[in-house]
Amino acid sequence: MGESDVDDIAVGAAVLGTGGGGSPYLGKLLAQQAIRKHGPVKVVDASEVDDSALVICCAMMGAPTVVAEKLPRGDELIKAFTTLERYLGRTATHTVSIEAGGMNSTTPLGVATQLNIPLVDADAMGRAFPELQMVTPTLYGIRASPMVLADEKGNTVLISAVDNYWTERLARSITVDMGATASIALYALSGVQVKETLVRGTIGLAQELGRVLRDTRAAHGDPVTAIVDRLQGRLLFAGKVVDVARRTEAGFAKGSARVEGFDADTGAFLELQFQNEYLVAVREGDVVVSVPDLIITLDLDSGRPITTDEIRYGFRVAVVGAPCDSRWRTTAGLELVGPRYFGYDIDYTPLESLGMGTAGGGT
Amino acid sequence: MHGRRVVAEAKTPTTPDVTSGIVTAIGQVMSRHQAGEVDAVMIGTTHFTNAVVEARHLMATAVVRLGLPATQELPPMVDWPERLRIALGHHVYICHGGHEFDGRHISELDPAELIRVAEEIGRKGIRSIAISSVFSPINGEFEEEAGSVLSAALPGVAISLSSQIGRLGLLERENATVLNACLRDLADHTVQAFQGAIGSAGINAPLYLSQNDGTLMAVEQARRYPVATFASGPTNSMRGAAFLTGLLDCAVIDIGGTTSDVGTLQHGFPRPASVAVEMAEVRTNFRMPDVYSFGIGGGSVVRSDGALAVGPESVGYELPTRALCFGGQTLTATDVAVAAGLADVGNPALVRHLDRELVRRCLNLIQARVAQAVDRMRTSAAPIPVVVVGGGSILLGDRLPGASVLVRPEQFAVANAIGAAIAQVGGEVDQVFTLGGLSRDTAVDSAKATAVDRAVTAGADPATVQVVDVEDVPLSYLPGNAVRVRVKAVGDLRLEAKHLATGG
Repeated sequence: MGESDVDDIAVGAAVLGTGGGGSPYLGKLLAQQAIRKHGPVKVVDASEVDDSALVICCAMMGAPTVVAEKLPRGDELIKAFTTLERYLGRTATHTVSIEAGGMNSTTPLGVATQLNIPLVDADAMGRAFPELQMVTPTLYGIRASPMVLADEKGNTVLISAVDNYWTERLARSITVDMGATASIALYALSGVQVKETLVRGTIGLAQELGRVLRDTRAAHGDPVTAIVDRLQGRLLFAGKVVDVARRTEAGFAKGSARVEGFDADTGAFLELQFQNEYLVAVREGDVVVSVPDLIITLDLDSGRPITTDEIRYGFRVAVVGAPCDSRWRTTAGLELVGPRYFGYDIDYTPLESLGMGTAGGGT
Repeated sequence: MHGRRVVAEAKTPTTPDVTSGIVTAIGQVMSRHQAGEVDAVMIGTTHFTNAVVEARHLMATAVVRLGLPATQELPPMVDWPERLRIALGHHVYICHGGHEFDGRHISELDPAELIRVAEEIGRKGIRSIAISSVFSPINGEFEEEAGSVLSAALPGVAISLSSQIGRLGLLERENATVLNACLRDLADHTVQAFQGAIGSAGINAPLYLSQNDGTLMAVEQARRYPVATFASGPTNSMRGAAFLTGLLDCAVIDIGGTTSDVGTLQHGFPRPASVAVEMAEVRTNFRMPDVYSFGIGGGSVVRSDGALAVGPESVGYELPTRALCFGGQTLTATDVAVAAGLADVGNPALVRHLDRELVRRCLNLIQARVAQAVDRMRTSAAPIPVVVVGGGSILLGDRLPGASVLVRPEQFAVANAIGAAIAQVGGEVDQVFTLGGLSRDTAVDSAKATAVDRAVTAGADPATVQVVDVEDVPLSYLPGNAVRVRVKAVGDLRLEAKHLATGG
C-alpha cells in the first residue's frame, strides 16, 4: 500500500465514519508522511495471520478539533506501541486498526511502516464508535488493557483495568490531561482472536468506497447511488438541513439536524440525532434507521461525507443507511452499542426490516 | 455610489500593470464629478490571488511555527505543491511555544532559540516571516512575543501572524499566513500604486480593499494582510447584485450562457460553502459562498424529439452564430425566450415559426428548474425574494414559483464593484472555551462581545454593529466541558462623511 492508496482509504473511511472519527485529511497526511519516510505498507488478509501471531491495535484518542491544531510530534504512537510490547514481553507481528471509520483507519499505517510489520485488513468496529469498549473483541470477553497512552511530551501511561468500561473511563480522563489527544496501543490479540473477533476486509472496503466516489465523479455519475450500491444500503432521504440544534446533556454533547425533503421526499422531514456520530434517523415519528446500523450523511451533489461537527443549516444532504456487522445485532452487541446505550429510548430494528423512508429523492 | 444610489459606473478590462485599468475606470466615473465629493474609495482585487496562482512576484519566506515538541510530524508547507514550495524557498522552523486547548502552555517560548532562527533567516537574506502557534486563535501571546523578538533581531523584516488570520485548524491557518507573508512586497507596491492612481485623479480620500467575506479593510491593514483579499470576487458579485435591489435576505441567480448559479444571502452576506478553499492547490481556511450550479443558460440546446429537454448541452459562446434568432441552425433557450416575446435579441422573424405550445412548455421547464434550484438553496419554507442577473436572465418571465418577488437590478454589469463598495467592516472570533464554572451562554456572550469589539476596532460605527453569525459546537469525543464558539459581527464603516461615494 503506497501514498496514492491512502487517498482513497481516507475518503472511504470518512463514509464509514458515520459523521464521526475526525478529519480524513489529517489521517491521510500523517499516513502519507510515514510512507514517504519509511516505505510502503504490507497489507495482509486476516486469513493469512498465524494463529500464534501477536497483533496490537493502535489509534488516536481525543477531540478531532484539537488534533487539527496540536498536530502530532510523530513518535507518540510508536512509543505507545513499543511500551505495550515491552510490558507484554513480546514483539508484535502485525498491527491492525481499531476503527475503520475516520482517521483511525489510517493511523496504524504509520506504525506498520516504521516497525516494518504488516497491517491486517480488518478493524474492530466496521464503522466508528466513540468509546474504547465498543469493539467486537469485547463481545468475546477480550480485554482492552493492558493499554498504553502516550503524548508528545514523552509521557506514557499504562492502564491495567478490571474491564473495558474502566479502561475507557481511565483512558478518557488521562487523554484530557494530555491536552485532549493521545496516541494509544491496546487490544493485544492472538492470530486466532483476530480471525474470530474482528470485522474483516474493512480497510479494503474503505479503499474501494474512496475509489467508487472518485470514479463516479470522474464519470459525472451519481456518487450517492454508487455508495448505496456498494454498501448494499438504502437511500433514506434527500433534502436540505433547515435546523441544527446542539446541547449538552449529562456531560454528553447531543445534537439533532432537521432535514426538509426534496423531490420524492418533498413535504416530509427527517430528524437526524447525533452525538459524535449519527445515531438515529426519524421520519415523521418513525425510526427509519438506528445505531449500530450505519447512518451516513453525504453531500447530495458531490457525495462528500459530512461530519456531525460540520453539519450546518443549508447543507444539501443525502442520508444513507447501511447494515452493520451482524454481531452488533445480537443481544450482547446491542447492550454495548444499541440505541439505549446512547440514551435513546427505542428498540433496535435492523435496517432491512424497517419501512423505507421513500423511494428516495434523486439529485 | 451615494447611499444606495449608483451615481456613475464604468467597466474596463483589467490591465497587466493593474493600475492603468483603475486609472481609466476612475477617470470615466469622475468625468462629471468633483474629486472633492469622494469620501472613500473601495477596491476589490484579484491581483494577489493571481500572483499566487502564477507564482509571480512572491518573496522568499521563512515560516516559524511555535509548538515543540508537538507538530513535528507535519511541518509547515507539508502539503504544498512543489512549484510554490520552490518559489518561497521552503525555509521552515519549528520552535518551542504553543498552547493547549484549555490555555495551558505546551512549552515555554525560548527567546534564545528564536534569536538563533533569526540569525539564520538573516544570513539567508529573507525579509518576510510567517509565524504560527498552536491554538493561537485562543491566545496570541506567543506569536506576538516571537514577532517582537524576530523583528528586533531583523529590523525591517515583515512579520505575519496567524492569529490575525484566525480560525482553528493549524495547517490551514498557517498556510494562509505563509501565502500572506510571501505577498508582502507585492502588497506594498500594489497598495502604493492604488493610492497613486487615486491621487492622480485628484481624490484625497481613504482607500479600502474588500476581503473574502465581503467586509472592508483599511489600506494599512491590507498592506500587512493582503491574503484577506483572496476569493472576494464571488462574494462581491452576489452582495452587489442584492444591494442594488435593497434586499438583505434573498436568493441571487446568475444565469449565464451554459449554466446558472444560485446563492443565498442572509443579513446581506452569502452563506459559506462547507468545503475549505484551495488557493493554487494550497489548502486554506477561507470559505467561498455556497453556490448551486445547474446546466441551464441562454445557450442551452432545446431538444423536442422524444421528451422535451433544455440543456445541459449548450452552444455557449457560439450563441451569436448558432442560435436560430441569429440565423443559425440550433434551437436554443434564447430562441424560445425571443419567440415568447420575453427578449428582443437577434431577429424575432427567424423564430416566429416555432410552435407556441413548444415555446410554452420550454419556458415552463426552465422556470421549474430555476425554481427547484432556488428551493434547494433557501433555508425557510416561506417564499423569498429572488434577484436575477446575467445575460441569460431573459429566460425568466416576471414570476417564479417560490419567489415572493423577482427583481432584476439594472446595473448588474458592475455588481462586483458595487459589492466591493458596500461600506461594511467586521470582526470575527473562533475560540474553544473550557466550561469549568462558565456556562455555555456566558461563553457565547463573551465571544460576541469580542467580535463586536473587533468590528469597532476595524472601523465600524458602534451604533450599527450587529452579530450576523453565531455557531457553537461542543468538541466531539471529549466529556462535555469544551465548546468551540465562532461569532461574526459586522457594522457600517465610520466615514468622515461628506457624502458616501466610491469607485470600484
